Amino acid sequence: MSDLEVQAGLAAQSRQSGPSRRLGAAEAAAGVLALLLLVSASVPHFLAPGDPLAIDPLSAFQPPNLAHGFGTDESGRDIYTRVVHGTQYSLVIGAAATAVGLSLGIVLGTLAGMLGRVVDFTMNRFLEVLFAFPGLLLALLFIVIFGPGVATATIAVGLSTAPGYARIIRAQLITVRSAAFVEAATVLGRTRWQILLRHILPNTLAPLFVLATLGVGQAIVWAATLSYLGLGAEPPTAEWGAMLSAGRTYITSAWWMSFFPGLFIVLTAVTATVLGRSIDRRMRHA
Amino acid sequence: MSEAPAALTVRNLRVGFGTAEPLVRGVSFDIAPGECLAIVGESGSGKSVTARSVLGLAGAHARVTADRLELGGQSVLGLNDRAWRARRGRDVGLVLQDALVSLDPLRPIGREIADSLRLHTTLGATARARRVLELLDAVGLPDPELQVRKLSGQLSGGERQRALIAAAIALNPPLLIADEPTTALDVTVQAQILALLERITLGGTAVLLISHDLAVVSRIAHRVAVMHDGRLVETGRTAQVLGSPRQEQTRRMVAAIPADKPRGTRLSPAERRDTPSIPGTSAVTPTGIPHDRTVVLEAIELAKSFRRPDGSRQLAVDNVSFALNRGSTLGIVGESGSGKTTTARLLLALLAPEHGEVRVFGQPWSAASEKTRRGLRASVGAVYQDALGSFDPRWSVAAVLTDALGVRHGQRAPQTTARLRSLLDEVGLAATVLPRRPLELSGGQRQRVGIARALAGRPEILICDEPVSSLDVSVQAQVLDLLDDVQRERALSLVFISHDLGVVQHVSDHIAVMRAGRIVEIGPAARVFAAPQHQYSAQLLAAVPRLST
Repeated sequence: MSDLEVQAGLAAQSRQSGPSRRLGAAEAAAGVLALLLLVSASVPHFLAPGDPLAIDPLSAFQPPNLAHGFGTDESGRDIYTRVVHGTQYSLVIGAAATAVGLSLGIVLGTLAGMLGRVVDFTMNRFLEVLFAFPGLLLALLFIVIFGPGVATATIAVGLSTAPGYARIIRAQLITVRSAAFVEAATVLGRTRWQILLRHILPNTLAPLFVLATLGVGQAIVWAATLSYLGLGAEPPTAEWGAMLSAGRTYITSAWWMSFFPGLFIVLTAVTATVLGRSIDRRMRHA
Repeated sequence: MSEAPAALTVRNLRVGFGTAEPLVRGVSFDIAPGECLAIVGESGSGKSVTARSVLGLAGAHARVTADRLELGGQSVLGLNDRAWRARRGRDVGLVLQDALVSLDPLRPIGREIADSLRLHTTLGATARARRVLELLDAVGLPDPELQVRKLSGQLSGGERQRALIAAAIALNPPLLIADEPTTALDVTVQAQILALLERITLGGTAVLLISHDLAVVSRIAHRVAVMHDGRLVETGRTAQVLGSPRQEQTRRMVAAIPADKPRGTRLSPAERRDTPSIPGTSAVTPTGIPHDRTVVLEAIELAKSFRRPDGSRQLAVDNVSFALNRGSTLGIVGESGSGKTTTARLLLALLAPEHGEVRVFGQPWSAASEKTRRGLRASVGAVYQDALGSFDPRWSVAAVLTDALGVRHGQRAPQTTARLRSLLDEVGLAATVLPRRPLELSGGQRQRVGIARALAGRPEILICDEPVSSLDVSVQAQVLDLLDDVQRERALSLVFISHDLGVVQHVSDHIAVMRAGRIVEIGPAARVFAAPQHQYSAQLLAAVPRLST
């Protein structure tokens, strides 16, 4: 064997990219939707040039028509513009809440999994208490203490998802920690830190990011729920949950006021879930 | 066999999957009632697919064609699922390799065995229960009344295999197919299961035995068919095939059996590599391996116990002492549960002994802190049984080896390439394996990567825990030869742990026989094999599969 062959082998390794599997129809649709949502979150004016807060009392309660694709609300604001501009709230809240939940989960789970029996026991009982509350109730409790608002709603949703993540991380960590390859690394003379950073954490966290993608969908629904209850974003902010709440009063006469924000909550959640599952499947078979 | 119809007649059987080349390419054989035919071949030779086709279990995507495929004189070609179900169990029974997964873990074995009686006979519940007890008695399970209520997880490997055989012979099928029935078992249990299968053939049942190990089947098979690449390359009476093999493949399989082959004999067709002379070593043993009286690894009165689920303590390793000389091999042999693996983990300082001490090069090893030990870790390498599990699943072979060479992942100095190359050359791997993950490699390749990783740190001591037990005999031969090569070239000292006395005999200078955590006998390999002092060693020795020609 020549050095060239070895080099070719090494090069092939770096070339080897993700698995090339065909996209399903649902995955393709979810991908397109995700792209649209990202565009409307980052450059909403590109898709909807109007002002989401501009009032036009003369054209209030218009059903969907050519001028206003999704209709208008009680103050004559364009629903389409508001829905597009509302994407950023939902996505940011969803992503931030998941990030909060995940980071807290990682910290708690890692502590429970790595610091020995006493910490593990205490942490488990603590998590069990948190689990005893329905997630949303936990979020409400937090908001009751710290007052409503977008920031508190985000943290509240994050907090209520943390116990689930912590549990999964702990279980995964314990499995990976006792894996034969960790022992093999010890035999090679690696330090505890090297093993933790190069073997244990990557193998623990890789499956977790899939879960997080799935979690974003859930977090968006929860954040919208809080806004709907008047505990998150407040009207007239163009947040989907708040818009849904505002449209509730007129649901019999102006269905479009709640239908379109609701539709987008569902679409976003489904998109996140489909993408999460698709990544999950790919990682499993990789 | 002209008057009674053969139990099984196969003519020109071909099995293929999808559009790929057929896996089985024109196989023909007969089995007479009361005869045992063994099909022997390496993994991938098509032997299991052949056995499954005879049961109509080749799979939904398999294309099975044959000129004749007859069970007891009746053609079974092209039967539909329903017709097959009527025959399986009644006309042909199946015993699989892994009894743990072949039995439903949530059902008592008694009910599992009664299944076929319920489906195929008109026996009432009490009659069935009586028959199950008879069957368990027939397969030699002690206390059948107690055993019928147990779940498969509560039985030992040998007991499970017996239960599986009981289920397969429940309806007295004229043909029994046993696919690797003893592969996962200890040698003594293996001998018992083989004796049971032999008793079944004496009762007039035809047995089709599938195995990768010639030595195992030679005990009971009347005839042997050697399968290679989808074809039967040689068929004949067992003694004749083993005594004077005519085909290259057969000769290779006979040569691969390690038992009774002196140390240093090649088991695989590959030539021995030129051994560079190692400077500073003058003493050369008859086998050509330089070694001296320097003790490199020493176990002193090691003891380690574990807590049982009920809280009591079980001594896993009890007062184990030995010394390993430079360049020599100590074989540790024992059955499952004898404390071999715990000993290996103590030697690698993955476990701390409760009593006693391990010393490396005369320095404290088990008594030292991990921090001081880390400096010496490079001198003590390890090869594991489960090679796949010992690699990070996310890492490619290149990542595993560069990491073991002490090079950070991502940074590749020019000399790394050279070191990788010499490492791959040494274990006989091509550069094409580098980008692959261990999951995509064959069992033999994985173990070669495992050995390469162990050698990367230039160790002087290698602890091998069952390094070949999950490999085919022919692959095992290659890996054993490889270990022999690297030991010669690097003057390595080896601790070789195995349940297989045949393997241990082939590789060891000294042998320690372990039972229930204790070393019952230790001494030079030749002496232990020629004149075992302990009754248990003699018993183990008698159970070693060897060619009974």
